[in-house]
Amino acid sequence: MANKTPLYDEHVADGGKIVDFAGWDMPINYGSQVEEHNNVRTDAGMFDVSHMTVVDLTGARTREYLRYLLANNVDRLKESGKALYSCMLNEQGGVIDDLIVYYIRDDYYRMVVNAGTRAKDLAWLEQQSVDFSVTVTERPELAMIAVQGPNARAKTLPLLRDSVREAAAALQPFYGVFDGEWFIARTGYTGEDGFEIVLPAEEAAHFWSRLRAAGVRPTGLGARDTLRLEAGMNLYGSDMDESITPLEAALNWTIAWEPADRDFIGRKALERARAEGVRHKLVGLLLEDKGVLRNHQKVLGGSGEGEITSGSFSPTLQRAIAFARVPKDTGEHCQVDIRGKLHSARVVKPPFVRNGKAQIEL
Amino acid sequence: MSNIPVELKYAKSHEWARHNDDGSITVGISDNAQDQLGDMVYVELPEIGQAVTAEEGCAVVESVKAASDVYAPVSGEVVEVNEVLGDTPELVNQDAYGAGWLFRVQPSDAAELDALMSGDTYAEFLEDEAH
Repeated sequence: MANKTPLYDEHVADGGKIVDFAGWDMPINYGSQVEEHNNVRTDAGMFDVSHMTVVDLTGARTREYLRYLLANNVDRLKESGKALYSCMLNEQGGVIDDLIVYYIRDDYYRMVVNAGTRAKDLAWLEQQSVDFSVTVTERPELAMIAVQGPNARAKTLPLLRDSVREAAAALQPFYGVFDGEWFIARTGYTGEDGFEIVLPAEEAAHFWSRLRAAGVRPTGLGARDTLRLEAGMNLYGSDMDESITPLEAALNWTIAWEPADRDFIGRKALERARAEGVRHKLVGLLLEDKGVLRNHQKVLGGSGEGEITSGSFSPTLQRAIAFARVPKDTGEHCQVDIRGKLHSARVVKPPFVRNGKAQIEL
Repeated sequence: MSNIPVELKYAKSHEWARHNDDGSITVGISDNAQDQLGDMVYVELPEIGQAVTAEEGCAVVESVKAASDVYAPVSGEVVEVNEVLGDTPELVNQDAYGAGWLFRVQPSDAAELDALMSGDTYAEFLEDEAH
């Protein structure tokens, strides 16, 4: 029996095509994935992301715990509500999951992790919490709605309670604010401005319908994937997993090497890998020919072979784009094997699109 | 409810076939198939003159979501392809039985057409598939 979010009935009523995603019945689209994608780039769309796992971490030593648990450094979080993107590594430096952690106060942090990794994440968080007397509390009674697009904030703000509207309007990117059980953050996974809103499950359907009435269009997981790919954002399980370090997943920027005396899980393995030199890198690809890049297509680049980790058709650029893990010495061009034929692709630096605008030359 | 013209024949792999007056057979994918695949972004067509075999893949339609093989409903030789789809693959979504046709085959054995489903049978087939 698949899990259903508190918004399941809304998706069915909105004509959503329901598919299984990590054990959840989720809408892949509500008719046209491309129209939903374009609408987020030009106006405002909403995503049900209630399948994602919200975890509250509490206890006097929570900061110390997170300093050890995460490859990025929570000491960067100095103001209440500030968010940090990080990988959580195993001892080998492989990625257990990527996540966002919000600093609420010294004894309270909130984390949002992926749905597909929920069980192992919770087990790992619990296991590591013992030495720090940190309490790990999953919050399955909360729903989450992402509202994204250039008009997302303007359409959402009037629907928020008076008690939080001003504070929500004043949020800088990558900050969040509480309003009772509601938590409104200026974050997202599309490369557009907007909010991610955590709210009680029983209030989710009503808020969804108010957003719809305000002209925010339901948007499925299909568009979510093409939007995040254009935005140059990794997807756990496709672009990295426990066998891949952040060094080979274009996530070097999320590793806080300094201060050198901060010990974190996976640090020794990462230092060793960095000293020895990694063999692969994750890059962006733009297909020069017509066609579509797909996950797992073989790539010939530099002195060897690589593989596409996320490939699709970019509705904004009208070209096939991808992330690919390729040999470190791959230059500006490579070839992709599509059904036995080699096609030329250009190596580019993501993001492909930000705030509705192409970031690479076609 | 998907659109299923009764004058056409249908394959289990969701292609339609139209028997033209000159004996050739025009092939496309059904309205149901285009709806399942979603927004079409690329179509790979066979070569003119290429020999195709019934129930074997000879074209590919790609939506944002996935790539899907198109199987020849009958054996024969490809005599024409819908080149317009190179720039406008969305015609497959907009007009699956008309402007979104894929290719035309001169069949080597027109009797193979009889093995395909009628519109009514295809409608039942879709019903069964949905359950």
